[in-house]
Amino acid sequence: MNTVLVANRGEIAVRVIRACRALGLRTVAVYSEADRGAVHTRLADRAVCIGPAPAARSYLDVAALLATARGTGADAVHPGYGFLAENADFAAACVEAGLTFVGPSAEAIRAMGDKVHARERAAALGVPTVPGSRAPVGDVAEAQAVARAVGYPVLLKAAAGGGGRGMRVVRSASELSAAFTAARAEAEAAFGDDRLYVERFLEHVRHVEIQILADRFGAAVQLGERDCSVQRRHQKLLEEAPSPAVTPAIRAAMGDAALTLVADIKYENAGTVEFVLDPATDRFYFIEMNTRIQVEHPVTEMVTGVDLVAAQLRVAAGERLPFAQGDVTIAGHALECRINAEDPDAGFRPSPGRIARWSPPDGTGLRVDTHIEAGAVVPPFYDSLLAKVVAHGRDRENAIARMAEALRRFDVDGVATTLPLHRRILAHPDFVACRIHTRWVEDELGR
Amino acid sequence: MDLSYDDVQQILKIIDASSVEELRLEIGELKLVVRKRGSRAEVTETSADSPPAAAREPVAAAAPAPSRQRRAAEGEFELKAPMVGTFYRAPRPGAPPFVAVGSEVGPDDVVCIIEVMKLMNSITIGQRARIVEILVDNAQLVEFGQPIMIVAPA
Repeated sequence: MNTVLVANRGEIAVRVIRACRALGLRTVAVYSEADRGAVHTRLADRAVCIGPAPAARSYLDVAALLATARGTGADAVHPGYGFLAENADFAAACVEAGLTFVGPSAEAIRAMGDKVHARERAAALGVPTVPGSRAPVGDVAEAQAVARAVGYPVLLKAAAGGGGRGMRVVRSASELSAAFTAARAEAEAAFGDDRLYVERFLEHVRHVEIQILADRFGAAVQLGERDCSVQRRHQKLLEEAPSPAVTPAIRAAMGDAALTLVADIKYENAGTVEFVLDPATDRFYFIEMNTRIQVEHPVTEMVTGVDLVAAQLRVAAGERLPFAQGDVTIAGHALECRINAEDPDAGFRPSPGRIARWSPPDGTGLRVDTHIEAGAVVPPFYDSLLAKVVAHGRDRENAIARMAEALRRFDVDGVATTLPLHRRILAHPDFVACRIHTRWVEDELGR
Repeated sequence: MDLSYDDVQQILKIIDASSVEELRLEIGELKLVVRKRGSRAEVTETSADSPPAAAREPVAAAAPAPSRQRRAAEGEFELKAPMVGTFYRAPRPGAPPFVAVGSEVGPDDVVCIIEVMKLMNSITIGQRARIVEILVDNAQLVEFGQPIMIVAPA
């Protein structure tokens, strides 16, 4: 493996290019016309314009990406997150074109991509899953039957879903029919797949996920958990590691569950096994596995000292995992705030535009992953993530203090950002005292 | 079966005059896909057995392949690559190039091929024109929107 084509944009393209450089790998950046001159195109050894602004004709255009890999002599592809990162056909096409796909096999992506099958597989392995339908429900009557059995409130969820689309919370039998029709239409529109399943809706739960790394020789480790309970409409806003709600016993059990699944699907590379944790009972349930690097991977890097993207590249190149489970230690506490170009005072409306002033904080225990600089244009075509501010401290209190100070100093002008929201969250007594859950932002800070 | 470019032009004219949106023709090894986009037909010909010059060899790696810097002068314009891919000047290895500097072409004459994952996209100018300069070497990667030729209306 000598030259890696980075099939992405934004901060993750920058992050991957930096990791490649640290390992002595050459890089090829790709960009759409809307990203001409972007930081990732300047950091790479070579940059190629692959299409016009719409992602479907650039970052999602498999033929253009493969033609670019061939034309530039790239021998590996890193998909980042989003775009084609969890597209099994793309992973297969890369391998067929003689390229190393920096990620799991197409089979593993497929096995976890269908959430119904993933849950069935996990349940069969003894990994706890949320009570609900074992298979997609065919019609409203079947949904009613399942809902009665598991008890209201229930959640309708698209089999192919993600990002909150095709999801409905149903609190009583009388609401089910309308919600079913709406969720089904949304799932069909968003994913081309209208299958829904029904599960018990757990309230006041936390979102806790386990980071894993595995090589092709069957070695796998878990790098502890991340708590991503600060969400708005299923979009994560702030993540931390370790989780303040996870005890050593839960951590060990959750880690074992994740590794059981990983071994069963012969998973290779980095991945994340997501759970909901009910702090009232200390029970946790598998929700899904993400077969890629996650946006929030830096908090794990900060507390474990493991460079996850470098590890992805090494494992993809055929190397063995350089450490065993016993070598993994968690030191201190880390937080990540996602700074998006969205206006929290206007319903989180995206706020594309030109960045007039950009002065990110730096200092002890701070890391800012970004692709933005003063004068940069945030195009309206892609996600609105501008930067991830990551703070590490000796404990949670210290990490919160560092983050609060960092966000006070972060000076951005030109677009609206989620910075004010993060400042409020960090100062909120519920957050400080760990009294939050996945709907806390809507309940407590929402309008 | 061999299909000449005259044959392709004939097919194009027939399709253009008809209300058909897309035509797929497969005869043995030969696969022809004609798709209408807007008012003008555009042709894609794929033949797995006769790739154009050097299509099977890896393209010169890593070295950037910028267009030569020449800009279109008054009365000229740039023909830009409509897709990222590998630029070929001839239909197959050893064949004469589609055009050379000074060639005069009709609106539907093929002036080059851009290969994207074994799909050979024939590029036309869409009007009568003279080739003033060819900015890219054979078998180089061209980017989306990269100027590949300077042409003057004829």
